[in-house]
Amino acid sequence: MPFNETHFDAMSKIIARYPRSRSAIMPLLHYVQSIDGYVTEEGIETIAEKLQLETAEVNAVATFYTQYKRKPVGQYHVGVCTNTLCAIMGGDEIYKSLLEHLEIENDGVTSDGKVSVEHIECNAACDYAPVVMANWEFYDNQTPESAKNLVDAMRQGNPPAPTRGPNRLVSWKEASAVLAGFNDGLAGEGVQAGEPTLLGLKIAHGKAGENR
Amino acid sequence: MSALTPVLSAFWDQKDSFTIAGYKRNGGYKAVEKALSMEPDSIIQMVKDSGLRGRGGAGFPTGMKWGFIPQGDNKEHYLVVNADESEPGTCKDTPLLLANPHVLIEGVIIASYAIRANHAFIYIRGEVTHVIRRVQQAIEDAYKDGLLGKNIRGKGFDLELVLHVGAGAYICGEETALLDSLEGFRGQPRLRPPFPAIAGLYARPTVVNNVESIASVPSIIEKGAQWFASMGTEKSKGYTLYSLSGHVKNPGQFEAPLGITLRELIDMAGGIRAGHRLKFWTPGGSSTPMFTDAHLDTPLDYEGVAAAGSMLGTKALQIFDETTCVLRAVLRWTEFYKHESCGKCTPCREGTWWLVQALKNLENGEGKPEDLDKLLDLCDNIMGRSFCALADGAASPIISSLQYFRAEYLEHLSNGGCPFDPAASTIFERAGAR
Ligand SMILES: Cc1cc2nc3c(=O)[nH]c(=O)nc-3n(C[C@H](O)[C@H](O)[C@H](O)COP(=O)(O)O)c2cc1C
Ligand code: SF4
Ligand code: FES
Repeated sequence: MPFNETHFDAMSKIIARYPRSRSAIMPLLHYVQSIDGYVTEEGIETIAEKLQLETAEVNAVATFYTQYKRKPVGQYHVGVCTNTLCAIMGGDEIYKSLLEHLEIENDGVTSDGKVSVEHIECNAACDYAPVVMANWEFYDNQTPESAKNLVDAMRQGNPPAPTRGPNRLVSWKEASAVLAGFNDGLAGEGVQAGEPTLLGLKIAHGKAGENR
Repeated sequence: MSALTPVLSAFWDQKDSFTIAGYKRNGGYKAVEKALSMEPDSIIQMVKDSGLRGRGGAGFPTGMKWGFIPQGDNKEHYLVVNADESEPGTCKDTPLLLANPHVLIEGVIIASYAIRANHAFIYIRGEVTHVIRRVQQAIEDAYKDGLLGKNIRGKGFDLELVLHVGAGAYICGEETALLDSLEGFRGQPRLRPPFPAIAGLYARPTVVNNVESIASVPSIIEKGAQWFASMGTEKSKGYTLYSLSGHVKNPGQFEAPLGITLRELIDMAGGIRAGHRLKFWTPGGSSTPMFTDAHLDTPLDYEGVAAAGSMLGTKALQIFDETTCVLRAVLRWTEFYKHESCGKCTPCREGTWWLVQALKNLENGEGKPEDLDKLLDLCDNIMGRSFCALADGAASPIISSLQYFRAEYLEHLSNGGCPFDPAASTIFERAGAR
């Protein structure tokens, strides 16, 4: 998509956050993904121009980080944690069954463009293992069955809300805008904490077991 | 038996704990008022006296780190909070920020004031959309309240705080790689010295601290260094977040004085899952040498864990029961280090690749018993010969698992493959949800 004045405005706002403009590369790449869905050539060129860098310099950064995609992902990008703990608790099985169910390979996208799947590293939610992320929102304590239901619902256009996240699952592009630093007004939605997060506190209050 | 001591987590059970209203209702932002009427140096002294040590893994004394920032040098100073939380097993900073981002912001204001920084950054990993929303909103609300920006609380102190979102690279948790990433480069570690305290962000004096370290500061200011130092053990002071995950009945977060034992924590987690027993565990994430059931009573403080041959790290206690193949676990971690190696230095870049090959062969029952020594030899050529600690972390699970479970490695060879059933380790066994 050709970038227009609104986009340039947003880019200028990102750059203005930093004492030195080059620091804006990463949020600008997230921003390009929020418009184009992935890091396009045009996106790279625009960032280079805005920051007065060579496109090779921007490319060097973009290719270092796994969250910057070089080709389109699904409207819902699913990451299954297969780092050791989740893998052993069932992540390996969830990952395998999802690929089979959707008939895609790792990093593949379903033919309707709705869902893509990759295996991811530990996502700082091990006490909710096995963990599945969608557009980097938490879907905690998954099973092969629940994960299949999740992607089916995505393909039908009505995914359930994340376990610890807003009341609806935003699209990949919308999530990318949040990562670029734009407030979508959803911070107030969703739980403040899940049960495992609160376990120690409940025990300290002598209330353990209440919700179990 | 040590009791739990919820401080950071004390109000997480309130629905609006993440809002500025919720935080203030529970006494939040009182410490900042107090701090801004103190001398910056006396705040540094107070943090030194408290005995607070960095919660990001290495346990370096926080007050001492702040004291390294040269004062009166007419240069900009920076505070950078490390919220990259990506060490496998580590899952404390993320729920903390989801439930209460304001305690971090309050800590940021106090720390910045103490080291005379007018610009602070929070570097958060990119794979946590809702946490990013919460922190972003909290920063905006703090600005609206006059807690950030110009002339904070009329005390003449200015502070800009920017949330910087990463993009999926474990190495950016290493503080100098983090700084390169924040400057807009590939995240690769820098040669030290100079240390960040002398030449950090934009080559200016910079403090890099973990989320939990900075979030602990308001409580120290409010309740005093002596109060903080009254908890914990001789050289490991205060309370901290322990994260239990894996094969326990109820995984979760436990805030306790340093020095609690795994036996006590597992007890609170309802025990190992029914019908099973503890096999191995990590005290502080995958980069810390693993322990077995022989270490259940090791005090989980910096000295206790070190004396037993590992590191307290991030207090990420990943628990595995007897259904788990240790070789499978180690191979998966090794694949992680191979994937996350930044490629800057040869022993790590090439070595982790060879480690994966060797472990895969062993898992498939191929190879010879001598290959185990070859594995250790490889580790020896990687550990301490690489540019940063990622490579040491990669060797830890291998060396420690060979120390405790050599026979199990050999069993793969005599068995012609893995003798374990991976289905037995999943939680679907108990949930019946396959
Ligand atoms: C490979 C690697 C990854 C790291 N990841 C993190 C991290 O995610 N969060 C963190 O706070 N420290 C991490 N560290 C430690 C930091 O380099 C640094 O010591 C720490 O942020 C200092 O904060 P503290 O003194 O408050 O603990 C990592 C270190 C290495 C070598
Ligand atoms: S040890 Fe590994 S991660 Fe660290 S600098 Fe070398 S290649 Fe990069
Ligand atoms: S191992 Fe999956 S979230 Fe940590």
